[in-house]
Amino acid sequence: MSEKLVVIGNGMAGIRTVEELLKIDPLMYDITVFGAEPYGNYNRIMLSPVLAGEKTIDEIMLNDMQWYEDNKVTLHSGKEVTSIDRVNKKVVADDGTEESYDRLLIATGSDPFIIPVPGNDLDGVIAFRDIKDVDTMIEAAGEHKHAVVIGGGLLGLEAANGLMEQGMSVTVVHLMDKLMERQMDGPAAAMLKESLEERGLHFLMEAATESIIGKDRVEKVRFKDGSEIYADLVVMAVGIKPNIALAKEAGIHCERGIVVNDTLQTYDPSIYSVGECAQHRGIAYGLVAPLFEMAKVCANHLAKMGIGRYEGTMTSTKLKVTGIDLFSAGDFVGDESTDELVFQDKARGVYRKIVVKNNKIEGAVMYGDTIDGTWYFDLMRDGTDISEFRENLLFGQAHLGDSGHGDDNRVALMSDTTEICGCNGVTKGDIVIAINDNKLFTLDEVRAHTKASSSCGSCTGLVESIMSHTLGGDYSTAPHLKPMCGCTDKTHDDVREAINGGELTSVRSVMDTMEWKTEDGCSKCRPAVNYYLVCKHPDKNIDDNQSRFINERAHANIQGDGTYSVIPRMWGGMTTPQELRAVADAAEKFDLDTVHVTGGQRIGLYGVKKDDLPAIWKDLNDAGMVSGHAYGKALRTVKTCVGRDWCRFGTQDSTGIGIKLEQLSWGSWMPHKFKMAASGCPRNCAEATIKDYGVVCVDSGYELHVGGNGGIKVRATDLLCNVDTEEEVLEYSAAYMQMYREEAHYLERTAPWIERVGLNHVKEAIVDNEANRKELAERFKFGQTFMQDDPWEERAKGGESHEFTPLKVIG
Amino acid sequence: MSDWIEVGQLNDIPKLGARVVKAPEGDIAVFRTADDKVFALADKCPHKGGQLSQGIVMGNKVACPLHDWKIELDAGTAVAPDEGCTASFPIKMEGETIMLSLTANEGCPNS
Repeated sequence: MSEKLVVIGNGMAGIRTVEELLKIDPLMYDITVFGAEPYGNYNRIMLSPVLAGEKTIDEIMLNDMQWYEDNKVTLHSGKEVTSIDRVNKKVVADDGTEESYDRLLIATGSDPFIIPVPGNDLDGVIAFRDIKDVDTMIEAAGEHKHAVVIGGGLLGLEAANGLMEQGMSVTVVHLMDKLMERQMDGPAAAMLKESLEERGLHFLMEAATESIIGKDRVEKVRFKDGSEIYADLVVMAVGIKPNIALAKEAGIHCERGIVVNDTLQTYDPSIYSVGECAQHRGIAYGLVAPLFEMAKVCANHLAKMGIGRYEGTMTSTKLKVTGIDLFSAGDFVGDESTDELVFQDKARGVYRKIVVKNNKIEGAVMYGDTIDGTWYFDLMRDGTDISEFRENLLFGQAHLGDSGHGDDNRVALMSDTTEICGCNGVTKGDIVIAINDNKLFTLDEVRAHTKASSSCGSCTGLVESIMSHTLGGDYSTAPHLKPMCGCTDKTHDDVREAINGGELTSVRSVMDTMEWKTEDGCSKCRPAVNYYLVCKHPDKNIDDNQSRFINERAHANIQGDGTYSVIPRMWGGMTTPQELRAVADAAEKFDLDTVHVTGGQRIGLYGVKKDDLPAIWKDLNDAGMVSGHAYGKALRTVKTCVGRDWCRFGTQDSTGIGIKLEQLSWGSWMPHKFKMAASGCPRNCAEATIKDYGVVCVDSGYELHVGGNGGIKVRATDLLCNVDTEEEVLEYSAAYMQMYREEAHYLERTAPWIERVGLNHVKEAIVDNEANRKELAERFKFGQTFMQDDPWEERAKGGESHEFTPLKVIG
Repeated sequence: MSDWIEVGQLNDIPKLGARVVKAPEGDIAVFRTADDKVFALADKCPHKGGQLSQGIVMGNKVACPLHDWKIELDAGTAVAPDEGCTASFPIKMEGETIMLSLTANEGCPNS
């Protein structure tokens, strides 16, 4: 016999929680939902586009009646719960329906605030909250002319715009001197007002409503200054208040909302509450974004998994009026302790202001062009130090060297056929359709359905922009602290910290100790955990082959057709006639048509059958060549120029340095691939300034550059420091590599790692702190004593043979 | 169903790993889970033909090495929201010996 879960409120928060619960355990509860409205669950934030005639009710329905049937959820629609009997654990609805519960979820949302003036109960005076209100407004627009919207906030402006689209003459009445004062500052609000006036809306600012006048139906609105305007319809949109009447009556502790803890539990342990009616850490959210996280945590606790805490959500707002883009988040007003970065171009209708405190973004407000809203919001949420790019911050992410997308970053203007995800061939249209058809709200859901941004991730910002554009800004951004993957709530840093404790020495023990939710982890977490273990314990033979991707397991890169590539190391890009002969012989012997000179100054052989790998490796070993680790999250190559031996501009022995760097570091496993280069002069022919670590020789010594990337997103290196001697070059590089190995998250290249932790952090640890630098370098070298065995040689001699031979050949 | 073929011993396959049986009809991937269950699938992801034998095994699923689709080891179906399936083949254990049938299970139209 399943336990009984009763949900009061058939809205987005309640049903989202039920969905999350069904995902965890579909059989745990017998679920009953009460909804006051006679519909399934619909997307309330999309009522504005419905009013404006841009969407239909069907299009905003999230869960139709069939869904409740399919999931065996009993829905009492059109029934309002009137009391909760906590002693006997049952609820009673207005029609007398009773349901008993083991656990109760209150998701009653919020009520519109109706200002207490005479006449507020006349016919034609409504709020803007549900489908019924929208129906009333559309009906009124068919018969009447004059509409008055009281409230110049987000909701009021959306209602006003919708009514105007329906053909009414609309006046917005606002108590304050600027619109949306909770989301906009003065200049942005003024620009907003101007463009809404251009579209035909009328405004009465600083107008206090005194009464609403009419016999049966509303006829006029009168203000405190004595003036009056005609009105056939009055929409109150001055705010919302958490709907807590029911909870209060039942004696559940309420303040502004129903008070819940980090597990969304109320003061009655068998009663939970989510959404706009709940008050968490003093905040009752009036936006939809927080409920996705709330639902996830609440479902987890309802399912008695007992993990996961809700720790609040940072919210941002966007106005859902087609053609008007505005965005705001955080504290955009600022005070004497903050700096304001302001950009304004009235002619283009663009305004942005960013409030910065101690080089961190506190808030932002944007008008006209909001494409960078999600980026600023991410920087704010992550507390990123912006000092490195502060001078370009206002111009947006496209000005930070993201040559991949540049000015195409205008999702609103993009056609549906524009390719967004170049890895998986996903167009803007594909994403929009997936979001609408499958009712997606989170980045993870969009990734799962479309694969957009799930490979290299460089289009994540674009995908988020499309989501925000399609969903009207209310989509749920990823939580501040991202769990490693769906198998666990632990973050990369949590796992690393546990492993650094030293007790855990196997992937299995990490998953067991840290309470993984899946049996064996997955292809995301297992390779990461394995890397962290290998990094921590280089001296213990604990590498788990089954937790490695095929490329690292087979020590060759799998190709699209299932064959492999073989790329031997050419130290510092130098080779010999003997080596070239061995490569040529191998290509002929194993019938390989494709021989390619790679970007890392070596030669790749393509199309090798897996069974042939050990044999080809033996031939290359015999000629003195070893694995180039072109397949690994490891040191790849050190690119060089010929340096002062040949070049008339060469200042130092850059080729020699390159070879020494490669000898120092080959074989080391890293969080991601790691590329180096050494150039003999500032002409920089080896392109050292787009490498993870680059050395540029100058007449006085060596410049050391870090954190460059020439791939997904081009990023020039930051200058770490200058040094005088070769020994220092090697010591600094060892220390830098070890710091990256120990601190970066698995699959995080040095460029995003440095952007995340800040260059200063790296400088402090390596340049300013000699003792620490030497320790880091020593740890690197210690690890290397266990890593520098050629994996090809071992396998050419018969190691891991099961990897390279079929289990059986039939016929 | 009398065409059982002995293909090897349980310990020939690493835990959470796979090996390939080369058959005239095409390669078959034979998987071993953490709890020593053995499954066989056509070695072709329904997405773009990736070799499932080269993937990472987790629970009763394998992640394709090419694009990380997850495939159920028992039925060969892709885990939602991805759609598709790959042929699965009967396995029977006789003690530690793995017996494989080359007659695909019914249910997947791709087989």
